[in-house]
Amino acid sequence: MIKKEMIAMLLAGGQGSRLGVLTSGVAKPAVAFGGKYRIIDFPLSNCINSGIDTVGVLTQYQPLRLNKHIGIGMPWDLDKNNGGVTVLPPYERSDNSEWYSGTANAIYQNMRFMESYNPEYVLILSGDHIYKMDYEVMLDFHKANHADVTIAAMPVPMEEASRFGIVITDENKRIQEFEEKPEHPRSNLASMGIYIFSWKALKEALVAMKDQSNCDFGKHIIPYCHEKGERLFAYEYNSYWKDVGTLGSYWEANMELIDLIPEFNLYEEYWKIYTKSDSIEPQYLSAESVVEKSIIGDGSEIYGEVHSSVIGAGVTIGKGTVVRNSIIMQDCEIGDNCVIDKSIIAEKCIVGSGTQLGVGEEAPSKLSEKIYAFGLATVGEDSKIPANVRIGKNTAISGITEPADYPNGELKSGEYIIKAGDSE
Amino acid sequence: MKALGIILAGGNSNRMRELTTRRAIAAMPIGGSFRCIDFALSNMANSHIQTVAVLTQYNARSLHEHLNSSKWWNFGRKQGGLYTFTPTVTPDNSWWYQGTADAMYQNIEFLRRCHEPYVIIASGDCVYKLDYNKVLDYHIEKKADITVVCKDMPAEADVSRFGVVKMNEDSRIIEFEEKPMFSRSNTISTGIYILRRRQLIEMLERCHEEGRSDFVNDILIRYKNMKQIYGYKIDTYWSNIASVQSYYDTNMAFLRPEVRKYFREDPKICSKIDDLPPAKYNVGSDVKNSLVASGCIINSKVENSILFKKVFVGKNCVIKNSIILNDVYIGDNTHIENCIVESRGTLKANTYYSGDDGIRVVLEHNERYAI
Repeated sequence: MIKKEMIAMLLAGGQGSRLGVLTSGVAKPAVAFGGKYRIIDFPLSNCINSGIDTVGVLTQYQPLRLNKHIGIGMPWDLDKNNGGVTVLPPYERSDNSEWYSGTANAIYQNMRFMESYNPEYVLILSGDHIYKMDYEVMLDFHKANHADVTIAAMPVPMEEASRFGIVITDENKRIQEFEEKPEHPRSNLASMGIYIFSWKALKEALVAMKDQSNCDFGKHIIPYCHEKGERLFAYEYNSYWKDVGTLGSYWEANMELIDLIPEFNLYEEYWKIYTKSDSIEPQYLSAESVVEKSIIGDGSEIYGEVHSSVIGAGVTIGKGTVVRNSIIMQDCEIGDNCVIDKSIIAEKCIVGSGTQLGVGEEAPSKLSEKIYAFGLATVGEDSKIPANVRIGKNTAISGITEPADYPNGELKSGEYIIKAGDSE
Repeated sequence: MKALGIILAGGNSNRMRELTTRRAIAAMPIGGSFRCIDFALSNMANSHIQTVAVLTQYNARSLHEHLNSSKWWNFGRKQGGLYTFTPTVTPDNSWWYQGTADAMYQNIEFLRRCHEPYVIIASGDCVYKLDYNKVLDYHIEKKADITVVCKDMPAEADVSRFGVVKMNEDSRIIEFEEKPMFSRSNTISTGIYILRRRQLIEMLERCHEEGRSDFVNDILIRYKNMKQIYGYKIDTYWSNIASVQSYYDTNMAFLRPEVRKYFREDPKICSKIDDLPPAKYNVGSDVKNSLVASGCIINSKVENSILFKKVFVGKNCVIKNSIILNDVYIGDNTHIENCIVESRGTLKANTYYSGDDGIRVVLEHNERYAI
């Protein structure tokens, strides 16, 4: 085995429960994004663009879609003889077997994978952020500081700082203190959940903390390293980075792509984002179609109107239908004369003709006020919505629904129909 | 697998006018996101043919780039593979391929070393879907020496650029004329042939000894009374793109829903993956009855047109009945009608292009300013 200078470990096992029905059947990193991609494409593409050709992807929650998407890593050029991508699910052992109980525990359980490459540095990534980052620059920073741990951190507005893990640094960016979601933050540098560890330091910390239950990087490993007096540095990152952990931020991040010159530009020549795409055909816009301020994926057929929306690949939008401010993921079929406003419709959904989504007055969700807010109507994948029903705001639908599920042909704002999947 | 595949992709045609100054016909972009050779290659892959040789010669740089990896079509296995054969200088030959038969003869070692009993020969300049196994079954059932895949063209079609055949009631080909000025039959050869590998090797060797070089004229037509040459008729979509008009028509056919559906259904046509972002429609975009490939950014009016990958359309433009090939930048206030705009072109703002009585091929190489 050829020694690798740095390998990446990508944590992709989380459910992302705040995405509600969107993740009832898929892990969050496999959720579609931007009309063509899945969230995991961003860290994976960053890896290969940064010259990292060995990536372990740790899966646990609903991995089918993720496994299928990653395959042997061909879309990212990670189908390598030596290195490449390896999917690492939890496994059974002769003495004890356990699920991944925390981010650091998951990495600990794959110690032998990392050892087999004998790296000098290990990059820890999570599979739920949208950003473009050159990890090599971060590694240079790590080396220049003779650091044991480097944490990527970005300035956030002070009033939001209490939502993040906050690092307090000296003038050389060496971390003095580390606070997890502090009530009164003393700095606005938020940890992005991206770490470079010197392999020795990581191994030592993981072994020392191996009996810690739910061992987590932010909560346990980083404080441990800090207390031990190791050299922790903050690598300040100032470009676009978005945590798409909630339906609101997920929707917002998609909508930002349709700006004339988006802050996060997918159309740049360098730093391409790679993905596995099932269809390569061009999209068709019919003579009656109207499409404006939108992104549309390959192979879609548009017969209606699309305004300010992100439409995935292989979507059909029927005649007379008007889609506004919505996300429609791949292979959905939207009937004729529908109205779809501020909705998120996950993959392979069928919406009957004449149905209206996201209409009426707002009302708090009866399923979960925390998840289904922002006035969005959210439809989980493989769902079916009958013709001629009205669906309000802050609603959630999952599964094959029948006209009988809609009293008076209506699902009022805040209501929900969950018929399948182990959602919330 | 019982057959290996040979794709003849070395040809040129002056009917393609300016379009082939850039690339071989087999590398012409088709239907928004394909190259012409993708159809033959995908048909081979979908027919479970494992070994495919592509013979290239004329202006092959773009074609070779497209064939940079065999994985796009699922070749590149331990058994078989995708081979590209361009003329090379050897101790006993320093000639270009002198014709289709000579192209195969120059690679006869490849044919000798293969073990598949049959050979499927196809050309790289046709758009179609075909399960070659069906043709092979027919070939075996008819005990044919050579089977030619044929198609009935509409009565009014001009068949003078094709090989025209006449079959008897048993489907044996009794007449075969290459590119006749006048013809009484409208059944044409699609340039797809099946025969035994050993038979092909023998015929190619004989052909070479006699100083002949063309597969149609020197093998099919000369042998038609001696060998059992059968026709296999297809009635599905098939189109040869080797003239500007037919290239234009073939592309425009993809605006018809039934053609799109036919090619989108399984088995699918594969192509090289470009990793472009999805198409983007800004304020001012007004796209009607058009195909738009990935990577496009549109700011104005597009009608009855096909935009290939990564086309940028500026503000207040009008694009009508046109085909814009890959990676074209169109400046503001440009009018384009009945045109084929060559790939990688940059059209200046405030310009006017129109193919008044026919199809205009636009080749523009202006300096591209940053988008």
